[in-house]
Amino acid sequence: MTTPAGLLLVLAVLLPFTGVLLGLVLGGRHAQRVAWVTILLGIGIVLAITRVLLNSGASLVYLLGGWAPPLGVALRADGLSVCMMLVVALVVGAVGVYANGDFGTPAGQSEARAPLAFWLLLLAVWGSLNLVFVSGDIFTLYVALELLTFAGVPLVALDGRAETLQAALRYLVYALLGSMFYLLGTFLLYGAYGTLDIALLAARVGSQPVTWMAAALMTAGLLAKTALFPLHLWLPPAHAGAPAAASALLSALVIKGAWFLVVRLWVDVFAGIVTLPAAQLLAALGASAIIVGNIVALRQARLKLLIAYSTVAQIGYLFLMFPLVQALNAMRLDTAAAVTGGVLQAISHATAKAAMFMAAGLIYSTLGHDRMADLRGAGRALPMTITAFALAGASLIGLPPSGGFLAKWLLLSAAIATAQWWWVLVMLVGGLLTSAYVFMVVVRAMAPAAPGWSPKKQVPGYQQAAVLGLALCSFLLGLAALLPVDMAQIGRTVAPLVGSP
Amino acid sequence: MSDALHLALIALLLALAFWTVVARETFAAVAGFVSYGLLLTLAWVALSAVDVALTEAAIGAGLTGALLIGAASRLRKTEAAARTEWPGRATRVLAAIVASAVAAAIAACVLLLPDPAPTLAPEVAQNLASTGVGNPITAVLMSFRAMDTMLEAIVLLFGLIAIWSLASDRYWGGRPGLAPVYEPNGILAYLARVLPPIGIVVGIYILWVGADYPGGKFQGGTVLAAMWLLLMMSGLHDAPAVSRRWVRLVLIGGPAVFILVGVLGVFVANAFLAYPAGFAKPLIIVIEVALLPSLAVTLTLLLIGPPQRSESPP
Amino acid sequence: MNAPTLFGLCAAVLVGLGLYGLIVHPQPLRKVLSFNLIGSGVFLVCAVIARRGAAAGVGGDPVPQALLITAIVVAFAASALAVALMLRQCDETGSNSLSSDPGPAPAKPPADGEA
Repeated sequence: MTTPAGLLLVLAVLLPFTGVLLGLVLGGRHAQRVAWVTILLGIGIVLAITRVLLNSGASLVYLLGGWAPPLGVALRADGLSVCMMLVVALVVGAVGVYANGDFGTPAGQSEARAPLAFWLLLLAVWGSLNLVFVSGDIFTLYVALELLTFAGVPLVALDGRAETLQAALRYLVYALLGSMFYLLGTFLLYGAYGTLDIALLAARVGSQPVTWMAAALMTAGLLAKTALFPLHLWLPPAHAGAPAAASALLSALVIKGAWFLVVRLWVDVFAGIVTLPAAQLLAALGASAIIVGNIVALRQARLKLLIAYSTVAQIGYLFLMFPLVQALNAMRLDTAAAVTGGVLQAISHATAKAAMFMAAGLIYSTLGHDRMADLRGAGRALPMTITAFALAGASLIGLPPSGGFLAKWLLLSAAIATAQWWWVLVMLVGGLLTSAYVFMVVVRAMAPAAPGWSPKKQVPGYQQAAVLGLALCSFLLGLAALLPVDMAQIGRTVAPLVGSP
Repeated sequence: MSDALHLALIALLLALAFWTVVARETFAAVAGFVSYGLLLTLAWVALSAVDVALTEAAIGAGLTGALLIGAASRLRKTEAAARTEWPGRATRVLAAIVASAVAAAIAACVLLLPDPAPTLAPEVAQNLASTGVGNPITAVLMSFRAMDTMLEAIVLLFGLIAIWSLASDRYWGGRPGLAPVYEPNGILAYLARVLPPIGIVVGIYILWVGADYPGGKFQGGTVLAAMWLLLMMSGLHDAPAVSRRWVRLVLIGGPAVFILVGVLGVFVANAFLAYPAGFAKPLIIVIEVALLPSLAVTLTLLLIGPPQRSESPP
Repeated sequence: MNAPTLFGLCAAVLVGLGLYGLIVHPQPLRKVLSFNLIGSGVFLVCAVIARRGAAAGVGGDPVPQALLITAIVVAFAASALAVALMLRQCDETGSNSLSSDPGPAPAKPPADGEA
């Protein structure tokens, strides 16, 4: 049944898409204005959804066209969805402020390519992600993933250099193969159970070969899209080659769409089907990503590539939650800590990584390059930005009171409760490696500049403020532990406990 | 069709698919793929999916074929260099093992699908009357799962924005595709004068019957797109500059009307994308008619690529 | 063995062939061709599922058939984007490859409106 205020979910998806349509027709400078009106309204809608969720303590549901599943399509938002929608709204807002500096239409031109494309794609990414978070139908989710691909790929090649075109093409090939596998899994599930609705599927799926195959295909496809090791090769050139604001969107948000879907499938749909060894395989890939990504990050000669490899590593943390959830489930313990830990990791990485990429963009503008060997003077010219980089780094490392700290704390305690101490070890080693490269960047940036050096370009204060604001959010996110309710768990009545054997 | 015909069709399909993968020349592979796409249309007919057959013939074989042939001829000069990157034997063996394993697993799944198969056909039939349309697929696309169709129109638009964003800065706002060469006595010019009036009638007819019989806006839109492409190729008409306001209005017209009718449903039928009783069919036709030009223009522009010359000829 | 099952097995082989082509071919255009082969195999699986669900007087379950129309249109847009990317890359560098080594230096930018 449609719940009161369920219409807000439709608005959260449609508003950004309507913004794209309007921006395309009006063009030029107007596209940027349309984007800003949409961002402000969109943030309002997400806050309203949050309020309804907290007040009612239950999921929001909307039946599109009044048709109930299995015939119709339902939109649903539980605590997980709303947490993700909140962080996406926050990051989109901050990236929007930052992009005002880089993507204004030049004076004397009625319309320029990159600014128009950027503002339209920003809204496109936002609407697609909101759709991923609220869609209750696995085929609509396929369309949402494709929307996200078409919005993400051009962001990579926005400045038109040949190597970014190549990176975009490689990204597209991975993403398309991923969607095809996901789609095949969707069809198989329909063939076996006659529904595409997540809630109905969760009630109907049984442990049988077709289900395993569908789960394997969908998971493999989504892993390619989210760039989990060893399917990560497309990510570093794509994320490092894009303009800073676009890198922030891609690294902080776009990859989380496919990851969120893995969580939906493993925790909600296939809860009783996936086994502990399968979940451990997923986490083992995550652990390899953490180690490999961090070590390769340490050896990068350019700051943006370092940050991109750090994303490869941080994606790994996002997959450590699966064996923990599975094991807690098997022991008939509450899985809340592991699920909340995983979501919190996604949220703190989104805010921290967006801040880091934008900080790197400011450093690039100021120094005229981003070579690791010569970051001297950046600290003097951009004190706020280097502070932001350090705070975001602290969140990635997991220092208190950051969001990263709380996330890792929840995951660590779940690992200890289920006696899976090896994940604890991986997390600690990963934290040490992360602190090494964050420290390296900050120390080099603090070195005094060569005598007579002056910044290549003065960056506007509001860009620095946007970066610092986002980094502060990430750093203070750990205080969420003081909140009276665990928002991520609201509406999660399809408790995985029912599914386990 | 009899079983022997099915087997022959399957054998041909597999042979052409094999050729597409192993052919040495990319151009030959593309040619194989286009014939494969046309043949695949028969497979949909054999599986009683006539609407899908029409879509496949129009978009899967027709537009995709034209797209790939154009790309293959423009990329011919890079062929020799690319061939030196051919992977070693170990990679090929590994790829063959992975591909066979996936194929075997899918085959097993096909054999293990439950019998009797779950189906929503009875539910669709039961609720068909309230949508006012006679074609159950149109009912699914425009009523039960109208959201997917709306999003699909938006996907196409995102694809076009993505392609346009690849333009080089100096041609932004200019015309896509190559400059037309008009040969008044050529066969293309002749066809371009004769076919479009017929094509437009056929396209609109396919849209119109789609409410009750196989057909619809995607298939009709493709026919219109083909006519427009013919006009461009013959040189009778040039592609419009991407900065033109009318082009953009036509592009967003269909999705915008879809969204507006959806929002109207909130007020008069209590749900987004719901139709008030008795008005379902007219509203569905309003949406389809609005989508037709949008889809035709979007599909055409997707095919001819980003702007690559200034608006006025130098 | 009935017709839907035969086509289902054919679909499995098509996905396998496409996957092999996608992995081994270095040229992006061949990868797009292979992607389309995989796609057609996946769509064929869906059509088989629709055919098996024939009931209530229709020759196939209309829901998967409708999904199929959506998926075919989306796949076309994906191919168009991939082709646009590789043609642009070819214009910029004169090469068309996905390997990390930079291709041969561009001879000269292609003339405008070249046929």
